[in-house]
Amino acid sequence: MAPEPPLLTMSGITKLFPGVRALDGVDLEVQAGEVHCLLGQNGAGKSTLIKVLAGAHQPNDGEITWRGEKVQLKSPIAAMRLGIATIYQELDLVEGLSVAENVFLGHEPTSAGFIVRTGEGRAAAKALLARLGHPEIDPARHVGDLSAAQQQIVSMARALSHEVRLIVMDEPSAALDPDEVDNLFRIVEGLTADGVAVVYISHRLEEIRRIGDRVTVIKDGRTVAVGLPAADTPTRDIVAMMTGRDVAYVFPPRPDEPAAITGEPVLRVQGLSRKGEFAPVDLELRPGEIVGLAGLVGSGRSEILETIYGARKASTGTVTVAGKQLRPGSVRAAVAAGIGLAPEERKAQALLMTESVTRNVSVSSLSRFARIGWIDRGGERKAARSATRELQMRPDNPDAAVRTLSGGNQQKAVLARWLLRGCRVLLLDEPTRGVDVGARAELYAVIRRLADEGLAVLLVSSEVPEVLGLADRVLVLREGEVVHTAPAQELDEHRVLDLVMEGSPTP
Amino acid sequence: MTQPAPSAQHNGPDKGAVAAPSDTPPSKSGGGMPALGLRLDVRILSLLGVLAALVLVGGITEPDAFLDTGNLQLILTQASVIGVVTVGMTFVIISGGIDLSVGAMVALASVWATTLATQEYGFAGIAFTAVIVGLAAGLVNGVLIAYGNMVPFIATLAMLASARGLALQITDGKTQIVTVDSVLDLGLPDSYILGIPPLVIMFAVVVIVGWLILNRTTFGRRTVAVGGNAEAARLAGIDVRRQRLYLYLLSGLCCGIAAFMLIVLAGSGQNTNGNLYELDAIAAAIIGGTLLSGGRGTIVGSVLGVLIFTTITNIFALNNLQSDVQQIAKGAIIVAAVLVQSRTMRGRET
Repeated sequence: MAPEPPLLTMSGITKLFPGVRALDGVDLEVQAGEVHCLLGQNGAGKSTLIKVLAGAHQPNDGEITWRGEKVQLKSPIAAMRLGIATIYQELDLVEGLSVAENVFLGHEPTSAGFIVRTGEGRAAAKALLARLGHPEIDPARHVGDLSAAQQQIVSMARALSHEVRLIVMDEPSAALDPDEVDNLFRIVEGLTADGVAVVYISHRLEEIRRIGDRVTVIKDGRTVAVGLPAADTPTRDIVAMMTGRDVAYVFPPRPDEPAAITGEPVLRVQGLSRKGEFAPVDLELRPGEIVGLAGLVGSGRSEILETIYGARKASTGTVTVAGKQLRPGSVRAAVAAGIGLAPEERKAQALLMTESVTRNVSVSSLSRFARIGWIDRGGERKAARSATRELQMRPDNPDAAVRTLSGGNQQKAVLARWLLRGCRVLLLDEPTRGVDVGARAELYAVIRRLADEGLAVLLVSSEVPEVLGLADRVLVLREGEVVHTAPAQELDEHRVLDLVMEGSPTP
Repeated sequence: MTQPAPSAQHNGPDKGAVAAPSDTPPSKSGGGMPALGLRLDVRILSLLGVLAALVLVGGITEPDAFLDTGNLQLILTQASVIGVVTVGMTFVIISGGIDLSVGAMVALASVWATTLATQEYGFAGIAFTAVIVGLAAGLVNGVLIAYGNMVPFIATLAMLASARGLALQITDGKTQIVTVDSVLDLGLPDSYILGIPPLVIMFAVVVIVGWLILNRTTFGRRTVAVGGNAEAARLAGIDVRRQRLYLYLLSGLCCGIAAFMLIVLAGSGQNTNGNLYELDAIAAAIIGGTLLSGGRGTIVGSVLGVLIFTTITNIFALNNLQSDVQQIAKGAIIVAAVLVQSRTMRGRET
């Protein structure tokens, strides 16, 4: 093996927050030129660890060795000077500034120390973007006008604008389409070929298999495995180490016969469209049925859900629930008719993060617990709790603030809201985004059970296996148009990807 | 140095897939819920501590004057007027908004309610007019913000300017003396109930009703939801616009009530009434722990904030210190409170 010392060694890193031991002796060792994957459930301490590495948090205990020398990372600037760059999951770009200004924010090329040399910055930014495979991004454009994927590239260009030896990427693929993920991997390969080390965090095991060299697994603030080979450690073992139990990544069985799903459609969408977002869509949902929408980011999936829900106003077409046509563009009409939405951005669009589980669950059914506005808090709590219990939320603490919950439990809180409301149609947008591998199977079972109890479910997911595994029927979307409809059993991942990509320019 | 070799070490007991540690202790009753308001959390306790310290300072520096019953009644009475305004302001700030027009609405309501024409209708005419004018101004704010999609800062800034202007136009800059005895009597010691001035009782009623609305009703819940995450509230089926409209109406109502109280206290209506109330009310709410970004705040905290400010003003006046020193002290307290606030917030971060 390599005779020279590792690029980075972190040992026994401990970080305490008031009442919480976020890190409890984590070890991490990274070699120059490798892709080192960091795995762990939400709350395992990954984010805290990379913030320590970025100089954003100071550890209470432990040692960091950088290129053979003991160092202290007292601030983000100190980490950057050593050559450690971090690309956070939540992009930290200034939307009102241009691409070039963002790339060189804090270290702009200047004359006389304060006059920004705009032209030079733009040329340098252009070169960096080209190196990242995106020469088409104009350095003069405002970052706010770019797509999420392009913003990610800008973020990466900013990291590379420093002299880097180690780049930390926190879920870089979360907002990307498959072809953009391919580009990301090319970039990562280019970096490692230059001897730069990459610490890669992702929930997607298949990505780790593709580009990872070694894997470190952390759980409950501790390292449980170091230096596993990324390519051939069995998934089962990795999941077991992350969760501490054996969980198969399984989907619940569908109803024995598809014919079991009969009866009148509860949701009927006819000719629904939105100018510039998606072409007229027709679809019907029967009670007990799960219908999946498969498509790339930007294919109009989320937009269709939000338009059905009334959060966006349709250009044409109608939405009918149980025979009653909904007033377009009215969330309240949709909710009153029995539609519930679990949106893509749970934290931004669904949850009151600082409020308790009970209050998050009851928020859509408040009037049920109120007489002339006065809330029966005992009844509210009891009803909310029975909803969360039905969804097997654990730990079962109705007073816990939602922000302290794991992604899976947060999603259950959203589902419990609609269960309590007694909705008939559930719209799920990326229901397992940010949910740990271990908790996913449980969530799938919950969704299927809700359908078995008579709910109609419309599912959107960018993970094709999820759509195929969970849905009864699948609609494939491409650029705002439904290009194919088929029972899930008749499709496989390759077929769906072909349908999704067909006609789109190959990079 | 460890050579990179595959190894798997299981450390510690396997607890299974458990959520991130919760810092909210489990409790059987609703007593541990954050937004309850009555919960004696650190912030409320520290505000009580500051208030106790101020009383101590007042008692030591001016033992006779400060602890005199009349002085204590004066402090509470003065706190009552701005206190009622602050209750309304607290709701607005919790919802993520701001109302810069409260002082101007108080001025407008107090002069409109004391015109000669209004005074002809006696007590009821004055009280009714003050409340209606406050509500009407609040309605304009609410409609502009909720349905006109105006930023609260701008809409209420415009109201501040125009309500002050209208108040000046009505009075022509003159003080409008109140001649209705039943109104004036409310301010006299004869009408004190068990030594408590009626204005203080009105304030107490507004505080209790405000607390109940915030903590026990759907209105309060929706206010917190809109302030905490307006998009989530909208997608949960809450009528965010209507809620915003109601909130500015509520603030206007509070200003109308405060205007009536000011009329009782001053025995007149003036277009300069309620000067800088907006700043005092915002400051009191902020030091009381209401987040300026919305989503969190308590009525109890705001009331303590008002009491702290009023007590400081009183102690400074008793010690013959000029108002410039008062202003500096107030500024320092706001800074200190916000520093403490951001510290506690940082402590919660994981």
